[in-house]
Amino acid sequence: MKLLTHNLLSSHVRGVGPRGFPLRLQATEVRINPVEFNPDFVARMIPKVEWAALLEAADTLHLVEVPKGPIEGYEHDEKFLRQMHHVLLEVRTGPSLASLATAG
Amino acid sequence: MALSSSLNRYLLLMAQEHLEFRLPSPFWILSIPSEDIARNLMKRTVCAKSIFELWGHGKSPEELYSSLKNYPVEKMVPFLHSDSTYKIKIHTFNKTLTQEEKVKRIDALEFLPFEGKVNLKKPQHIFSVLEDYGLDPNCIPENPHNIYFGRWIADGQRELIESYSVKKRHFIGNTSMDAGLSFIMANHGKVKENDIVFDPFVGTGGLLIASAHFGAYVYGTDIDYNTVHGLGKASRKNQKWRGPDENIRANLRQYGLEKYYLDVLVSDASKPSWRKGTYFDAIITDPPYGIRESTRRTGSQKEIQKGMEKCPESHVPVSLSYHLSDMFFDLLNFAAETLVLGGRLVYWLPVYTPEYTEEMVPWHPCLKLISNCEQKLSSHTSRRLITMEKVKKFENRDQYSHLLSDHFLPYQGHNSFREKYFSGVTKRIAKEEKSSQE
Repeated sequence: MKLLTHNLLSSHVRGVGPRGFPLRLQATEVRINPVEFNPDFVARMIPKVEWAALLEAADTLHLVEVPKGPIEGYEHDEKFLRQMHHVLLEVRTGPSLASLATAG
Repeated sequence: MALSSSLNRYLLLMAQEHLEFRLPSPFWILSIPSEDIARNLMKRTVCAKSIFELWGHGKSPEELYSSLKNYPVEKMVPFLHSDSTYKIKIHTFNKTLTQEEKVKRIDALEFLPFEGKVNLKKPQHIFSVLEDYGLDPNCIPENPHNIYFGRWIADGQRELIESYSVKKRHFIGNTSMDAGLSFIMANHGKVKENDIVFDPFVGTGGLLIASAHFGAYVYGTDIDYNTVHGLGKASRKNQKWRGPDENIRANLRQYGLEKYYLDVLVSDASKPSWRKGTYFDAIITDPPYGIRESTRRTGSQKEIQKGMEKCPESHVPVSLSYHLSDMFFDLLNFAAETLVLGGRLVYWLPVYTPEYTEEMVPWHPCLKLISNCEQKLSSHTSRRLITMEKVKKFENRDQYSHLLSDHFLPYQGHNSFREKYFSGVTKRIAKEEKSSQE
């Protein structure tokens, strides 16, 4: 799944963070899939991002160049938007995390 | 000069399809503020064939000509001046005319101030005469009920139905939505560029494709692990199984829409795993009716019953029988919680027609009912396309409001939809067996 997806998900299994959020990731399988850059869409997503969870995920997956938070005037900052585009939409974690089974 | 009521009127010509979704006549006269708006309408609709700037109409040729003479000349002139090219087309509905009859009608319009040149191949302007001979092919009148004359503006998107046809799609299922209906649903959902659209019962992703076509980014979940990962039996006759390329991403790629694919996950729609918040612009879905695809829900260890099946990968301990009415409550609650304010929920509600009343349509304090369109499935069943809009912020107490509502009891009818659907079938089988014995 993409990191945007991970950021929007929680788990209702007990003991996975407050309010069941966030879902823990493993750095086992990380892939980069290029996706066409759409600054308007990325800008729309920025207010929906939970930054603490995103930074924790980026850290777990050893990603670099991840902005620490939204910057002033981000809507027009192409560098910022391209970095966020890469982190949210191009980084994919492995298939083992695609099932959200509450088997626990 | 006073503005007369003949300004900015357009004639919309509807296709003869999904008649239960609209008023009977395919001819609609609309007042639209500008030509741009009319064109934008046609960029979305799959139900309308064309739109014309209406210059005149009447119940007889004489009334039509009189109406045309009343249309302001200054509004005609820009399209008739001597440098322009044009042609006139005659359309008749429910009747065929000979070429000679058509030419006569064109000649009768000579009184209009056409100054340009006729160009039948590539005219700048196309004018149309539309004659309405009613809807009954067994009773064609001598004279039309209505005649319209207008300048052609634009056609609708009906070719999308063919280009996105399920017949040509790589990955399909037993219940893949007809392309036309999936675009209608995307329009009901007011899907626009850069929206996020979610389908909690995504199946093979047909509904996501229509939303992606309109520029939305799409999410799907399904409880069926095999469908999501492209394993298991195929729905196409001569294919062995849904191979690895048979998945939703491949479908989007087929139409050049892969960039709109966010994720499709295996999940349980009754206990969504999304974090608290509002982030979907639209939820567009076709929930299982319990007939062709099975209706299931995961349960905890405590709730596991006898006779339940396990998914081969042992990912999901499957299967409480998921009562359909619970499913609609869950769906509406989920929509109320995760839709942005003004966001839309669009879904199909299966109905046992003899018992249907409007009170049976699921209700929620945060969602306003926008439309309810019936499509017949069989003699005693139909499904209704329900569209709702989120009009109120979700508060915790809202998720239990249905228990206090008078609407609650009739919902139980949705549970027995499966039994009632099959009741017609078993009766027919019994009848056939009886008559073959006689």
